[in-house]
Amino acid sequence: MSAATSYLPAGMPRPVSEPDGLDRPYWEGTRAGELRIQRCRACRGWQWGPEWICHRCLTFDLEWVTVAPRGRIYSWERAWHPVHPALKDHGPYLVVLVELPEAGGVRMLGNLLGDPQQAVQIGAPVEAVFEPHDEAAPPFTLVQWRMTP
Amino acid sequence: MTTRERTIRGQVAVVGVGETTYYKHGRAPESEFALALQAILRACDDAGIDPRQVDGFASYSNDRNDPSRLAAALGLPELRFSNMQWGGGGGGGSAAVGNAAAAVAAGYADCVVVFRALAQGQFQRFGAAPPGGTVSGEAALTFPYGLISPAQRFAMRVMRFMHDHGVRQDAQRAIALASYHHAQANPRAVMHGRPLTAEAYDASRWIVEPFRLFDCCMENDGAAALVLVGADRARDLRRPPAYLLGVAQGSEHRNAARGHNAPVYASSSFTTVAPHLWEMAGLGPKDVDVVQSYENFTGGVLMSLVEHGFFAPEEANDFLTLENLIAPSGRLPLNTSGGNLAECYMHGLELQIEAVRQLRGESTSQVPGARTALVISGPMVTPVSSMVLGTEAMR
Repeated sequence: MSAATSYLPAGMPRPVSEPDGLDRPYWEGTRAGELRIQRCRACRGWQWGPEWICHRCLTFDLEWVTVAPRGRIYSWERAWHPVHPALKDHGPYLVVLVELPEAGGVRMLGNLLGDPQQAVQIGAPVEAVFEPHDEAAPPFTLVQWRMTP
Repeated sequence: MTTRERTIRGQVAVVGVGETTYYKHGRAPESEFALALQAILRACDDAGIDPRQVDGFASYSNDRNDPSRLAAALGLPELRFSNMQWGGGGGGGSAAVGNAAAAVAAGYADCVVVFRALAQGQFQRFGAAPPGGTVSGEAALTFPYGLISPAQRFAMRVMRFMHDHGVRQDAQRAIALASYHHAQANPRAVMHGRPLTAEAYDASRWIVEPFRLFDCCMENDGAAALVLVGADRARDLRRPPAYLLGVAQGSEHRNAARGHNAPVYASSSFTTVAPHLWEMAGLGPKDVDVVQSYENFTGGVLMSLVEHGFFAPEEANDFLTLENLIAPSGRLPLNTSGGNLAECYMHGLELQIEAVRQLRGESTSQVPGARTALVISGPMVTPVSSMVLGTEAMR
């Protein structure tokens, strides 16, 4: 699903693909509403974050695979102190590290949508929410998370 | 436990230490380069060495004060060794000492200065977001979510560790209280005269859960330096040598996997490093008289003490009490100058200096008869490093 608005205020740093193209398929995937990560064609191991080589079998033969947009909370934090000008006077917000059991246990980051003061449980199931920033130059889409209903 | 055949143990000593006045960040009246020069000259003076005998420099964390400029400014007859330890944060503090010692042992140089200088008023602060609208690579996976500062980067690791082992906030609090306690005896400390109570800690604001304000280091201006020479020469100098008994650097398997994907996630990056340190030193945690452990955040100190074998994770709540952590009589006197939290965030190099003071018997919170001192540098970054110094009796 997609979010209608952004979780954090406008003016946060905007992600762009690396100049060498390593992570371009990931960012193209989020624009399409898909969560894509690397998988090795040789040993079938999952890999995230992206790298040019498979850390298990050392082949360069990696493909990008769309994975199920769900996982469970591996760790979390509630940030209060605004370190970026866009966050001044915003108040607390939640960041979660989400483990994807269906993709070799790789972990992904994002904000946990909903009440920023909510209690957060490590291990709780979450699902991805795609947050488009169509007006940005260049446009991008963030992957956010919400508690599985 | 036996030391390996190839070892730095006992071959090189710290013979001089020097530091500038420590300032709140942005308050240094001199330029960063002038601060570096002052600290180096004071370290040479402490050692009783003519500064023109220095023939090498080592630093870390991309220190801005170039060794060739230092050599020119100081009029050195020649520069024989210049070395930068890769990696950010304070993880390179002990590694830089190790690199300098290796150069002396290998014959690349005879008298190497390890230094670090910071004047953040003249440059970017660590705890603020860097300027610029777009980010890529690792930062693209974190910054848009407001996961930007070092505190935010490492809170996630500590939160998981506390969850896994039932560690309470009080354990982090004890580390903060110990640093502030020791700073009250240290007139050099920026927080001298500013005691911290448990109540004030509990009432302090969250920076990012599980870190309160007092779990986070200061940012400061100043400079610190140490002079290293070979053991044969060290004994003839003015001050009692502090011998390097062991040093190790590095991090675990795939520690830097992007986007918080380190397999050993809830760690301070020392799980593989600390065993190498103990093996080289021929010592273990029970042999350590005093510990200086880099506080970027108290949770990092907590995990690094676990990983150096002082207590099991499940014992953290019981071990980490103010009483246990303070000189002269605590079980493990910790950060006896006030450390990064309350003496000065000299990017950790003030901790090496305090370790030397303890071995000379000159600390403002002295551990009686201290013969060994452990320094742990920059938990949770990669590479990290740690070192053991010892007196003549331990060599």
